Amino acid sequence: MNLLELQGVHTHIGAYHILHGVDLAVPKGQLTMLLGRNGAGKTTTLRTVMGLWKVAQGRIAFAGKEIGGLATPQIADLGIAYVPETMGIFADLTVKENMLLAARAARRAQDMDEARLKWIFRLFPAVEKFWNHPAGKLSGGQKQMLAVSRAIVEPRQLLIIDEPSKGLAPAIINNMIDAFAELKASGVTILLVEQNIHFAQRLGDTVAVMDNGRVVHAGTMADFSADAQLQQRLLGLSL
Amino acid sequence: MSLKMDVDWKPLLLVPALALLALPLVGSPSTWLTLTVAGLAMGMIVFIIASGLTLVFGLMDVLNFGHGVFIALGAFVATSVLGAMGDWTQSQSILANLVAVLPAMVVAMLVAGAVGLAFERFIVRPVYGQHLKQILITMGGMIIGEELIKVIWGPAQIPLPLPEGLRGSWLWGDAAVEKYRVLAVVVGALVFGLLAWTLARTKIGLLIRAGVQDREMVESLGYRIRVLFVGIFVAGSALAGLGGVMWGLYQQNVIPQMGAQVNVLIFIVIIIGGLGSTTGALIGALLVGLMANYTGFVAPKVALFSNIALMVAILLWRPQGVYPVAGSR
Amino acid sequence: MLRRLLSNDLPRSKVLAVLLIAVLLGLAFAPFVFPGVKALNVAAKILVFIVLVASFDLLLGYTGIVSFAHTMFFGIGAYGIAIAATRMGAGWDAVAVGLACSLAVSLVLALAIGLFSLRVRAIFFAMITLAVASAFQTLASQLSEFTGGEDGLSFRLPEIISPSFEFSEEPFLGVSLDGRLLCYYLLFVVAVVLVLALLRIVNSPFGRVLQAIRENEFRAEAIGYRVVVYRTLSAALSALFATLAGAMLALWLRYNGPDTSLSFEIMIDVLLIVVIGGMGTVYGAAIGAVLFVVAQSYLQDLLRLGSEATGEALGLPWLAALLSPDRWLLWLGLLFVLSVYYFPTGIVGKLRARSSAR
Repeated sequence: MNLLELQGVHTHIGAYHILHGVDLAVPKGQLTMLLGRNGAGKTTTLRTVMGLWKVAQGRIAFAGKEIGGLATPQIADLGIAYVPETMGIFADLTVKENMLLAARAARRAQDMDEARLKWIFRLFPAVEKFWNHPAGKLSGGQKQMLAVSRAIVEPRQLLIIDEPSKGLAPAIINNMIDAFAELKASGVTILLVEQNIHFAQRLGDTVAVMDNGRVVHAGTMADFSADAQLQQRLLGLSL
Repeated sequence: MSLKMDVDWKPLLLVPALALLALPLVGSPSTWLTLTVAGLAMGMIVFIIASGLTLVFGLMDVLNFGHGVFIALGAFVATSVLGAMGDWTQSQSILANLVAVLPAMVVAMLVAGAVGLAFERFIVRPVYGQHLKQILITMGGMIIGEELIKVIWGPAQIPLPLPEGLRGSWLWGDAAVEKYRVLAVVVGALVFGLLAWTLARTKIGLLIRAGVQDREMVESLGYRIRVLFVGIFVAGSALAGLGGVMWGLYQQNVIPQMGAQVNVLIFIVIIIGGLGSTTGALIGALLVGLMANYTGFVAPKVALFSNIALMVAILLWRPQGVYPVAGSR
Repeated sequence: MLRRLLSNDLPRSKVLAVLLIAVLLGLAFAPFVFPGVKALNVAAKILVFIVLVASFDLLLGYTGIVSFAHTMFFGIGAYGIAIAATRMGAGWDAVAVGLACSLAVSLVLALAIGLFSLRVRAIFFAMITLAVASAFQTLASQLSEFTGGEDGLSFRLPEIISPSFEFSEEPFLGVSLDGRLLCYYLLFVVAVVLVLALLRIVNSPFGRVLQAIRENEFRAEAIGYRVVVYRTLSAALSALFATLAGAMLALWLRYNGPDTSLSFEIMIDVLLIVVIGGMGTVYGAAIGAVLFVVAQSYLQDLLRLGSEATGEALGLPWLAALLSPDRWLLWLGLLFVLSVYYFPTGIVGKLRARSSAR
């Protein structure tokens, strides 16, 4: 069953027509990779799902419910967590405050789910280490971990993540891959935009490739990995 | 639990620096003390008014050029309320006076807040995101407001005398320190304390601080920030109303144009402070208040320019104000 | 030839062209067509405001800068003439000196303000100009020895444009041929020349760059235009034209005070006219100024009638208070807000849109 479905979605940004009818299916409980060259429209697709850009045409359904015209807070409320490309870290707030903000049910820091926090600290030790430090002081990799931690501090049905490995050192990327694997194992549905091949291969169950504002290929990661010619044609390189 | 690991303390020194600088220029320490308290009082009142405006701008990128209308409204409402409570204001007892003044403040805040709600709905909301139109329309809103005040209360100046018990000064050695001014400083400090506590210790405060930096992300986390914005706007208007009452009592009279007059001061204050920063607004307000009183004594003709000169000097040091808010716009 | 005169900026709408011609002819023959002292005063005020608003449109409509200091330059021009005439007596040398000094002062101030605008954001800039204009107004009323303080300065003009001068005993077409008439036509010629000059400026390559900056500052800078320089030049030109408008005002009124030229109400009037008339059109200033000044002068009478009628006849004091002619500004404010919402392109914009839609 598809947790998220896009059908014929068009998006305009100002005078520019970016998405030309995107069809995307994100199966429940799996990790879907959204691949494509720069400028293919991946980030725009994510932002459209979150309601940050308006849907000009087409349908977006989440758990069967139409979310195309809803406001961003409402969409997030339905159980979708979004980690943007820019991470969206509040630099002047401490790590703890960043997490508290993301924990919608908690009024104060003490109210946050202890067990869940422990799990997050295990996945991303840096978050615990810098708990009381201003988030702006963290390194790029640590900020990324904080961004992902924020998305999972409370249970969510769908995680939408935009290029989490961008600009990170290989060692940290491996860390992140392990963390995502664990997340996936815990039953969360993930839609991931990535350019990092390693990430894609190790984690992806389903894959969708975008080009020029459309999804030009969709299928299982297994099939995609096996077909080197297809990879070459769509991405200009092999996995 | 600390707010930040390292606080940017340089701007905090500006206020005592200015005060110390003025001491030799003023000459006598007792006069200096009187002027300093007067300056702090004026500064605190201006801060109360400016705090709402700077938060509204920081949070939603909306600059209300008509903020002055809430000041005037608060002040005029106070004249009506206090006028009706003659028995209490004539009394020498400070307690009795407060029984009159506090309701005046509360009513003024309620009225200003209610008008603020209407202002946001009908004047500000339609032009959200368009700066040019915002400037024009909020200015138009203030004109309409000012004229309506003239319709209701008449176009002339109305006296707003201090209640009996609050008049006069306490004598500390040679220096005469006005009772009302001390009250103003106390109220201002309370307001600042309340704002600072809300911002630092409550979740709403957290939302505001985050929203000022990255509104989109706060929405993506599931918070309806528009609703929060309306709340801040109303609170800011109510605070302006409170400030209006205090300003009116400070001047001992009110005129319909007082909104437009104080407007200019407030803009100078929030420019100095940095748009979106409460602490910055406090520093800016105190500097402006002190400056106005010191120059009023030392070189009266230069008084109004002194504030502009102060603003220019600060902008040359930090073009975004003393505490620029790290916004990702 | 007409094309070249208007710098290729044609009305582009038949209705607009007709209106403009009507305005031009109306103003040209005002003394003869609209008899009476009040009518001539209204016409002169229209001329002054056309120049004042058109110069503001250069800044707001074409360059995209909101500045509340425009009336400051207006005041400088008026005070220049006033102070010179007061000190140097009635004569053309006084006018020349006053004009030269006020233009110089305006230029310096405009350059200072323009260069400062690099360091601050647009919103900051608007607030700062508000503060500066307010300070200037206070200054004018405080420096009494120089500016006449709150009372202002009354002065005399070169004989040929004074009312007492008559160059013909007999009236011509019912109008006495005196210095006042000459003064009016002096203003008329100056106004026409200045408007044509503004048209030339906004339609020149310089004007095009201004519009490019207004649309997308970042791109303009990236292409290679130094935005600061252009903005500063635009601010300077706008200020100079405003100064000239101020001089025109002083010549007509033979008086100037802080409220005559520096009041915030005038700034609001200018904003209203430029918004209603149409930003970024220059013609908008002309149409808007006519509408506005005529309405302001004659509508107040209407309000007075309305106020008395409702006050006495209907016995509704609050309605009478709302309609009181002193509350003219209330209705202005409402009109202002409504026109920002519903007429963002102004009258000229709407006329042109309808014309091209056909």
